[in-house]
Amino acid sequence: MRVLTYAEAVREALRQALADDERVFLLGEDIGVYGGAFGVTEGLLTEFGPERVRDTPISEAAITGCAIGAAVTGMRPVLEIQFMDFITLAMEQLVLQAAKIRYMFGGTARVPMVLRTPAGSGTGAAAQHSESLEAWFAHVPGLKVVAPSSSADAKGLLLASIRDDNPVIFVEHKLLYRTRGEVPEAPVPIPLGVAEVKRAGDDVTVIATSVMVPRALAAAERLAADGVAVEVIDPRTLRPLDAETLVASARKTGRVVVVYEAVKTLGIGAEIAARIAESEAFYHLRAPIVRLGGQEVPIPYNRRLEAAAVPQEDDIVEAVRQVMAA
Amino acid sequence: MRVASPDLEQLVGMLRTMLLIRAFEEKADELFALGRIHGTMHLSLGQEAVAVGVCAALRADDYILSTHRGHGHCLAKGADPRLMMAEFLGKETGYCRGRGGSMHIADVRGGNLGANGIVAGGLPIATGVGLSIQMRRTGQVCVAFFGDGAANEGAFHEALNLAAIWMLPVVFVCENNQYAMSMPVRRAMRVERVSDRATAYGMPGATVDGMDVVAVHEAATSAVGRARAGGGPTLLECVTYRYRGHSKSDRQRYRGRDEVEAWRARDPIARLRARLTADGALTEAEADALAAEASAAIEDALRFAEAQPEPDPATLLQDVYA
Repeated sequence: MRVLTYAEAVREALRQALADDERVFLLGEDIGVYGGAFGVTEGLLTEFGPERVRDTPISEAAITGCAIGAAVTGMRPVLEIQFMDFITLAMEQLVLQAAKIRYMFGGTARVPMVLRTPAGSGTGAAAQHSESLEAWFAHVPGLKVVAPSSSADAKGLLLASIRDDNPVIFVEHKLLYRTRGEVPEAPVPIPLGVAEVKRAGDDVTVIATSVMVPRALAAAERLAADGVAVEVIDPRTLRPLDAETLVASARKTGRVVVVYEAVKTLGIGAEIAARIAESEAFYHLRAPIVRLGGQEVPIPYNRRLEAAAVPQEDDIVEAVRQVMAA
Repeated sequence: MRVASPDLEQLVGMLRTMLLIRAFEEKADELFALGRIHGTMHLSLGQEAVAVGVCAALRADDYILSTHRGHGHCLAKGADPRLMMAEFLGKETGYCRGRGGSMHIADVRGGNLGANGIVAGGLPIATGVGLSIQMRRTGQVCVAFFGDGAANEGAFHEALNLAAIWMLPVVFVCENNQYAMSMPVRRAMRVERVSDRATAYGMPGATVDGMDVVAVHEAATSAVGRARAGGGPTLLECVTYRYRGHSKSDRQRYRGRDEVEAWRARDPIARLRARLTADGALTEAEADALAAEASAAIEDALRFAEAQPEPDPATLLQDVYA
């Protein structure tokens, strides 16, 4: 099968959605001629024109509201927020408007919009351009939160997000943009709310999100050499969360490590650990659940400090050894 | 009733709608006093001319975005008082199935995209409605109502700029009722008029007497016409006054009785009634009959609403997602 980078996969999903449905359009800061801060929308302006690939002023609240208003009246906007950090400037529109309109209005309206945004650290962009805020949005009924970890998932989940009738926060990871993987050419959506077992194993379950998935897979490969069979699961959608798949694996292996980049306290890993602890898998646990999350600190600039702030492959290997020893 | 011209007929229609809003608000106030309302409300008594004058300039398929003080906008846009009252009482058959209440009444099919509990919250959304209209080429117009307080929110500035650069068919209607809760407008902004800010975004701005439905209607007709013709947005400021407090918790320490009485002397309903009776368009008896009709419609709405079922807690989680 054809190999695409993660960024190319996102772009292909956007291109296919634009070609397939005239209600779909893109808006965001510098997504036109510039091609987006990370080059994701490169070439789409030429192909679809400035009405459907729409550069906006730097007005995160207004452009988020703009996507909402367009969605409520029959369009299917895909909004790019240049860095996930900048969503803070649009929180009111997203959390108090987009997430609540349908419910507040008794089901008489819908808000089919996607907000794509690059998240995460590792680029030396420091504290205000490296946030992983997905848990904030996963806490809000009315929103869906998707975080693909591979090229194929990026394409399939984005197509599904654009076809979804709800506001979807689509979290892309900057370090994944250049990673490569096989991607089907056909526009086949991957259903939201379905986790994927990325590697099967019987000894320990590693539940990882976004960029932590490739790190967990690399760690699993090293651990296999020591005879430890790691099962790596990517929830892929954080709201709704496919707890069933996670619980089934925890029950099978009896050992669980949850790995995520966001600050550990109250991150998505807390929810995942709690879901497993609340489930019947609890009786099958052979060791305490381990959460491996970001340190309790803003993301620093210095390369060594930055790497130390979030889980790395070595940390995952160590955490797995820890639960295996318990 | 002697209706001498279509204009007079339209004016009588506006009087009828203003009377309906007043009757609704007075009934809402009464129900609250009787302890029959769960939650607060924001009454638009005194501001009827703005909602009615603006909405009378719209087509049935045009959109409005309303505010927390939204009962008048909703009725002026053509909502059914029965379904509004049912929502106000939190009933399953209300406009929002009892999930929204006073602060979120929406009549989406009728073009009212909802009252909004967040000051300036509707303004960014209005730009998207305008963009959607522009992209779908339907010739509709979107009106975004907001208060003087909203003009100091960042969202106001971002939204007006966006609407201006894209020439969106949006009319921004500021109901300047003199106070953002307790903060007088003269202490909250240095410019004389909210509409002075239009210049900053390169759009026309106008200030009209919001106690005069004819003046509001004329200005709104001009702004709506420009928007529909592709001429872009307008900032229309209507200077008005709310007779009651901000919400039900307001003890109104920030203003005196004399001030309220001075504004009441300019009452928009009394003013239009006087004009129509002076013109001979209505007799005093006919005008009284219109008021009685409005009260009867609200009594009917209340009877309807009271008879409606409460939502079933088993349906609590419905419609969080589509």
